[in-house]
Amino acid sequence: MKALVRWLKKPAGRRTIIGYIFIAPFILGFIIWFLIPALTSLWMAFQDWNMIKPPQFVALNNFKDLFRDKLFWQSLKVTTTYTAISVPLTMVLAFLLALLMNTKVRGITVFRTIYYMPSIVPAVANAVLWAWILNSEFGLLNAFLHFLGLPKIMWLQEPEWALPALILMSLWSLGGPMVIYLAGLQGIPNEFYEAAEIDGAGGWAKLWHVTIPLMSPVIFFNFIMGVIGTFQVFTAGYLITNGGPQNATLFYVLYLYRNAFQYLRMGYAAALAWVLALVIMGLTALIFRGLGGRVYYEEIG
Amino acid sequence: MATMSVSAPRSALLIRRSRFTRKWLSRATIWALLLVGALVMLSPLIWMISSSLKLEQRVFMFPPQLIPNPVRFQNYVEALTYKPFPVYLRNTVFLVVMNELAIILAASFCAYGFARIRFPGRDFWFSTVLFTMMVPTVVMMVPLFVMFRRLNWIDTFLPLTVPYFFGGGGFNIFLLRQFFRTIPEELADAARIDGCSEFAIYARIILPLAKPALITVAIFTFLATWNDFVGPLLYINSPQRFTLAIGLANFRVSFGGGMGGTTQGRSRWDLLMAFATAMTAPVLTVFFLAQRYFVQGVVMTGLKG
Repeated sequence: MKALVRWLKKPAGRRTIIGYIFIAPFILGFIIWFLIPALTSLWMAFQDWNMIKPPQFVALNNFKDLFRDKLFWQSLKVTTTYTAISVPLTMVLAFLLALLMNTKVRGITVFRTIYYMPSIVPAVANAVLWAWILNSEFGLLNAFLHFLGLPKIMWLQEPEWALPALILMSLWSLGGPMVIYLAGLQGIPNEFYEAAEIDGAGGWAKLWHVTIPLMSPVIFFNFIMGVIGTFQVFTAGYLITNGGPQNATLFYVLYLYRNAFQYLRMGYAAALAWVLALVIMGLTALIFRGLGGRVYYEEIG
Repeated sequence: MATMSVSAPRSALLIRRSRFTRKWLSRATIWALLLVGALVMLSPLIWMISSSLKLEQRVFMFPPQLIPNPVRFQNYVEALTYKPFPVYLRNTVFLVVMNELAIILAASFCAYGFARIRFPGRDFWFSTVLFTMMVPTVVMMVPLFVMFRRLNWIDTFLPLTVPYFFGGGGFNIFLLRQFFRTIPEELADAARIDGCSEFAIYARIILPLAKPALITVAIFTFLATWNDFVGPLLYINSPQRFTLAIGLANFRVSFGGGMGGTTQGRSRWDLLMAFATAMTAPVLTVFFLAQRYFVQGVVMTGLKG
């Protein structure tokens, strides 16, 4: 005890106290708004609770029900499909656009502004706007198809078209990753390209052996963030299609939301949340293991 | 190149010319591709504004009119008075102001501790910050709701502001910490020799120097609060406490021609688009005014992460 008091009076001890005072808001917030809810939700996952009657311990029943629940599997399938298509498409398109923009053509800043703008449109405004764009009778997308001489598509009424429609909508927000790619590309020193040119590298070789390896940490970051983000997609499914038609856009979080706040199955919803957390964390770990080793980190300063 | 053109002037000139043409051609192609892409990206926004200015019956024309004729500004008056838009706006602005205050204070305070003071356990807690950034937020949706209900905070603004006073979110702490670390240590050392406390260094030296990063955080906070839908959806019930996002979502339910794109129900896409445009305009304005801070913020979190 005395030793501790003595240590606290020393500069190192004082620094520790001051340091903890500075980060105290975070630590408190972490405990109150993160740790306690996480533990509560773990406890809830093993209860049957509708918020009216007292909760009842049901052991693993929620998880057993979950694996028998067709809608759980459907929502998992919908969300996985959405992620598996939207993330790679967004990444490739954003990367290509960033490459085009990095050629020092005139008006990059104007282009960058235009491409980035859609990604800051409020989610609700975005959803309402796309509900109207995808309108089968008078929407912009079908007008465009008509202009090309193609037939109208019932984007939101037909189960096989609803999810592709929402994936198309997600591509509109590729500006975020694109700006990150562009900044990364601009940070590659010119000497690397000059050295490659001396070795006789053409455009493709430079892209493949210089640009992509040097960009791999950025690509990796965008990939992880894309997966984490798309797995939690909610607003589009809730406001545009309400999960329909025939549950074709029943996103996982939408199903979770319904269980919690419409059917008041709080225990079941907590179980769903934990499964989602495990899926996302598992995927992230997989990506880290699968790709992490191939990411090239340059030692700078 | 120069020596070549002396020894073989004609062929070098030819090579140079063809290279120039090829380069110019590829530049033109790139520019054309970017232009087409830009038009595609802009078209939904143009469509939103165009629809918001059309006569009710002109909205339902196929193929649609691009430029509304006649232009009807009255749509905005109707859209913004049908629902108590000023009330939604006031609530949203209130939340924005509170969260700006909370996040700028709390996040910069914590970030200072992480960036500039060495103490045991710091790296552990910083990895916790990174961890909270990676954990999907929806996982907390149910238990947080239960907690706020027990606190009797449902249908108040408390769940939408109070948590931000505790650290201001991992993302903001991270961004500010990265910036604080770039400020030369010598400045703080000089102040320490003069007898300044860490708190004075934080408030008088670091904060003023970190203005660009603070502006970036302020902008992201504005966007996140202004655009937030799920938070108010869960915690707010009374119409007099609705935010713009909830107001528009409700408007959509009553005037969006039925959910799921069906044609049942009354459709007033002109009014919906007017509301959506009115809600988007401030965001785009801020973006235009402070573009470099946006880019800086996106880059700081994406590249140095």
